[in-house]
Amino acid sequence: MGLNFHAVRAIYRFEMNRAFRTWAQSIIAPVLTTSLYFIVFGSAIGSRMGDIGGVDYGAYIIPGLLMLSLLSESISNASFGIYMPKWSGTIYELLSAPVNWVEVLLGYVGAAASKSLLLGTLILLTARAFVPYSIAHPVWMVGFLLLTVVSFCLFGFIIGLWADSFQKLQVVPLLVITPLTFLGGAFYSINMLPEPWQTVSLFNPVVYLISGLRWAFYGQADVHIAVSTGMTLVFMSACLGVVWWVFKTGHRIRR
Amino acid sequence: MPSPTPNRDTILSIRGVGKTYAGGFQALKNIHLDIQRGEIFALLGPNGAGKTTLISTVCGLTTPTEGHITADGHDVVRDYRRARGLIGLVPQELHTDAFETVWATVNFSRGLFGKAPNPALIEQILKDLSLWDKKDNKIMTLSGGMKRRVLIAKALSHEPKILFLDEPSAGVDVELRHDMWRLVRQLRDAGTTIILTTHYIEEAEDMADRIGVIRKGELIVVEDKAVLMRQLGRKELALSLQQPLAAVPDALASWPLALSADGLTLTYTFDTCNEDTGIAELLAALQSQGIGYKDLRTSESSLEDIFVSLVHEQKAEA
Repeated sequence: MGLNFHAVRAIYRFEMNRAFRTWAQSIIAPVLTTSLYFIVFGSAIGSRMGDIGGVDYGAYIIPGLLMLSLLSESISNASFGIYMPKWSGTIYELLSAPVNWVEVLLGYVGAAASKSLLLGTLILLTARAFVPYSIAHPVWMVGFLLLTVVSFCLFGFIIGLWADSFQKLQVVPLLVITPLTFLGGAFYSINMLPEPWQTVSLFNPVVYLISGLRWAFYGQADVHIAVSTGMTLVFMSACLGVVWWVFKTGHRIRR
Repeated sequence: MPSPTPNRDTILSIRGVGKTYAGGFQALKNIHLDIQRGEIFALLGPNGAGKTTLISTVCGLTTPTEGHITADGHDVVRDYRRARGLIGLVPQELHTDAFETVWATVNFSRGLFGKAPNPALIEQILKDLSLWDKKDNKIMTLSGGMKRRVLIAKALSHEPKILFLDEPSAGVDVELRHDMWRLVRQLRDAGTTIILTTHYIEEAEDMADRIGVIRKGELIVVEDKAVLMRQLGRKELALSLQQPLAAVPDALASWPLALSADGLTLTYTFDTCNEDTGIAELLAALQSQGIGYKDLRTSESSLEDIFVSLVHEQKAEA
């Protein structure tokens, strides 16, 4: 049998409806929060900060702030999407339906990634109102953003499968992703750090994401774009492997 | 109760299915069961007997540790897509998407099971279940009985050939329950095979074609309802005496008689399968003993009596 297209569409629409039903929380809140960063660090303080690598500071932090928002939203959207049916018990329907793990992923992760990309677009448009910026490699930027949000939606999906409480859903985005993003060069270039912190930063996976996106914007990066892309692909492959294993063994979803 | 091979009228075949959880608890033990196409099969058993585990195993919610199951010839593990597409499940618990509307959640279920949208069919299902006027209501605003109907509508949305109803009457008022059973009969008449569990044994007695009794993970009886009631059913003859007796006379000691506390009612229990019930002989014996009676009446055991007796016998054997 081929792809269960109707099932993928049903899950996708269900998840997108959920996002639009809670639009204030799902869409407006993250756009507003990121806009406040642009206003404070971009317009207000940025004008006194000079430039980094020839890029105005307000514009320099856009890729990092965009990544900060997209990583946390991608994880949050995807983890919540699969955790809610587990929490409410409606997952019985998904488990008894004629769907395979690929179709489940296309539905849930596809919807979560769509929401993140919509959010990214709104954030970039909003940023334009406060900070002038340019995009050197727009096609690459779209591709890299897509790769990143899909990878972190997969990661969020795994967290949703693993979590057995709302607290656990929040632990990774708040206690892991946010600190890694702040320390991953969102507001500075890691080349500005003294050793050994410059080397230590290279162990932070978010450095590669921000660096890759910054290269797409301004043609300059802390690490080579090929390394950034390779690291993200490895991360995505690892997440896919974990999801495949979870569905194959039924770990934490089937009794 | 092994049955060697399913015949062509078997729509669901369960062969040697067992389920042992990681902690060692054996929830199902070597279950063999054939469900015939188009029948209503009632699965009875005390709480924790394994009814829901058996249903969950067929539907893919629980993985069996041994044995195999086929739905209309499709293995529920190897060929799960085709098998699951044939099965609808109404779970025991009221698991619903609280913030969704009735219309959205029922259409979601149809899509999830790989069927193209069919608004006319969904409208008919909602009307049959008296949910049409609630179609735009969020599920969280519905009563428990209405939520139960929504779960049934979801299960029916993809036109299953086999429908599992796990305690469908739980928490439903009398009127809704009657509507529900009327729908179940309509579904059966339309060719849907129905497997239900219920605590309302009179419903199984009223609705089911066959009865299965499960206890401690073992299927202890599977039988046609009428045959079961005939084979295991017992009748009682109650005689209202003209004068109270202090005890059953020695001359009647060989009869299975019970005397009420006030000595005014003598009860004789007999097997409905026996051609000679012994009533005529008993009445003659009473007359010879000079025991007069002013009234007599008979009563038959209900399915509930049979169920209690079966489970009790198994307990005693254990």
